[in-house]
Amino acid sequence: MDLNDTPEEASFRAEARAFLEQHLELLPPGTLRRGLAENLTAEAVAEAQAWQKTKADGGWACINWPEEYGGRGASPIQKLIWGQEEAQYEHPNTTVFSIGTGMAGPTILAHGTDEQKAEWIPKLVTGEEIWCQLFSEPSAGSDLAGLRTSAVRDGDEWVLNGQKIWTSGANWCKWGVIVTRSDPNAAKHAGLTYFVVDMSDPGIEIRPITQINGGQGFNEVFFTDVRIPDAWRLDEVGNGWRVAITTLMNERVSIGSAGGESMISSLIEHVQELKINGGRALDDPAVRQRVADFYVRSKGVEFTGHRTVTKLSQGGIPGPEASLGKLIAGALIQDIASYAMDLEGQAGSIMADSGFQASYLGSPGLRIAGGTDEVLRNIIAERVLGLPPETRMDKDIAFKNIPTGPPSK
Amino acid sequence: MNFDFSEDQKLLQQTVRDYLSKNSPLSLCREVLESDAPYAPDLWKGAAELGWLGTAIDERYGGAGFGYLELVLIAEELGRALAPIPFSSTLYGPAEAIRLAGTDEQKSRYLTKIAAGELIAALAFSEASGQNDVESAATTLQGGKVTGTKLPVIDGGTADTVLVAANSDAGLSLALVDLTGKGVTREPLESIDPSRPLARLNFDGAPAELLGAEGEGAALASDVLDRAAVLMAFEQLGSATRALEMTREFVMDRYAFGRPIASFQAVKHRLADLWCEIELARSNCYWAAWALDTDDSELELAACSARISATKALDLATVEMIQLYGGVGYTWEYDCHLFYRRSRLLGAALGGSSAWRDRLVGRVDARAAA
Repeated sequence: MDLNDTPEEASFRAEARAFLEQHLELLPPGTLRRGLAENLTAEAVAEAQAWQKTKADGGWACINWPEEYGGRGASPIQKLIWGQEEAQYEHPNTTVFSIGTGMAGPTILAHGTDEQKAEWIPKLVTGEEIWCQLFSEPSAGSDLAGLRTSAVRDGDEWVLNGQKIWTSGANWCKWGVIVTRSDPNAAKHAGLTYFVVDMSDPGIEIRPITQINGGQGFNEVFFTDVRIPDAWRLDEVGNGWRVAITTLMNERVSIGSAGGESMISSLIEHVQELKINGGRALDDPAVRQRVADFYVRSKGVEFTGHRTVTKLSQGGIPGPEASLGKLIAGALIQDIASYAMDLEGQAGSIMADSGFQASYLGSPGLRIAGGTDEVLRNIIAERVLGLPPETRMDKDIAFKNIPTGPPSK
Repeated sequence: MNFDFSEDQKLLQQTVRDYLSKNSPLSLCREVLESDAPYAPDLWKGAAELGWLGTAIDERYGGAGFGYLELVLIAEELGRALAPIPFSSTLYGPAEAIRLAGTDEQKSRYLTKIAAGELIAALAFSEASGQNDVESAATTLQGGKVTGTKLPVIDGGTADTVLVAANSDAGLSLALVDLTGKGVTREPLESIDPSRPLARLNFDGAPAELLGAEGEGAALASDVLDRAAVLMAFEQLGSATRALEMTREFVMDRYAFGRPIASFQAVKHRLADLWCEIELARSNCYWAAWALDTDDSELELAACSARISATKALDLATVEMIQLYGGVGYTWEYDCHLFYRRSRLLGAALGGSSAWRDRLVGRVDARAAA
């Protein structure tokens, strides 16, 4: 057991830092994560693309991918080191690539043909083409496999019809990965097929969703007779659920791996400066008790991440236990924001520069996106602890015969 | 970075687990709990013979000369088994203090006996309900003699030697007192976990042997508590993990409404939450084990974090254990209360979580200011 860098890791860290220093300035400490999917402007996207291109040219984009696809075959630990280093520098917000590099890319690498990888991966790595994920539907969220967007085969093509929702950044995207219902007569999970779609197709209509914090990071996406070639299918017909699971496991690791740490340091700085009852908030015994609990939880998430990385570096794959990071960090961020505001007294209702109010409004999304807290608890209970699955009403019958409620409004 | 134990260390852990599953079933813990015996002598003898007591003790003093990474894994296994022996009392406080501050002669005299299982020691810092700091000890040290009262002292009734914190004109000092010598009386106290007995120790001019310099006991006591907290946290972690495993097995076998109760979401989500608490504690414990083993300055943060999260995880595990077992979990006959009792005993030893939280924040604050 050793938390320090090995000589090889130290030299990799130095190499990463040298590259970052060449292009960026160090970040002032205490910058807060506000939640999911901030509003993006065309200018911000262009800046993000420029930084992604710089990284790709230097061999620092998607570093854990194979060299032939623009990576450098970096180990999970090297990826962690890169993330730690990059986070210390001021760089354009690259969230817009997170679906591509964190979810679509790994899924294509795992399930795509060589031709598909050659077509999509290089421009994904350089940031030239941005990707989105078309999974959830108005009546298929936690029960994702209940999705209804149809794919009907027509010779060498497929015709897509239906509606997707909660698609981050759809308006900036060239490509999307989509799970469709290709066989309504098959059982629920068996009738799904996974595709790539061109988001500029005239049959696709994108409508932004306004979130509780006023942001518009997500969209509804409507499909009307969208025709795509069979060459854009990932993996076999009817194998879409297995492919989707690859995407989702990558999503949980990617959402769960950041946020809690910067939140607790911001809280500590906040209570060192904030005055309550004439003294520093941090000198108040009640505050100390709460801050300690937040700190311990935050450290627990951080070091659980280190254990996961160690397991990955020993050849393991991201397993169901990776759900812990997102389950704990989501609620932790919300709780810390709420507590920081409570300490501010009546002023807690002012949208302040400290960022806690913004975190408070953004954080509920962290507990829903990419698997709600409740779904994650089911995953842990069933796949880590081996407890029996839920009793289901939708097994062993054709999808079209599964009972449904009234249509969503 | 490698945030895991080595294959050799895991093999050692498995050997310890195998031995304990044969030689320390829960019925052994219950036997001690239901009798007047202070501990299980055969198991104590076994722990000495297998070299567990000397795991982290230098070879010069009859130990195995391993590091703390081996010792924490043994602690975890002893926690799993609720082993009724004075392992933690002897090793986590007194042996650590002797290693940190003892002279060569003291180390040779005490550690050799400890490694051989020939000396039981105990930690005597606390004096009164509500006292959460060592420095305010009313016990005095004058002219090499200790006067005052310490309570509760785990294994104080059987220990040969105790580590006491006492004040003199020079300030707080730590000293070793031979409990079989003059000026010492011991009274048993009723323990919440009678498998780990408690005593009140009265000192009336009992001869004491200074450990470290006189008046420099506060920093030493703080170091000792940090190190003991890490080792104790692994014991708590082991007990919590076992409690979860037993609860899991119970809810899988128990049927109600025609299904295993483990299939109800109300039960599944509670166990998922418990699993998370235990994993968070485990991660903090690993951090602390690394800091202890490498003597890293983060130990002052990691020890508190491990202590707080392991106490919380074991608390939750034992509360949930009884609740999910239902009525039978509340019976004397079932083993749930062994865990429930042990949780509180370990949670109180070394001071409550409120005090550890305060200590942690003080250190985080100081480091941020530095």
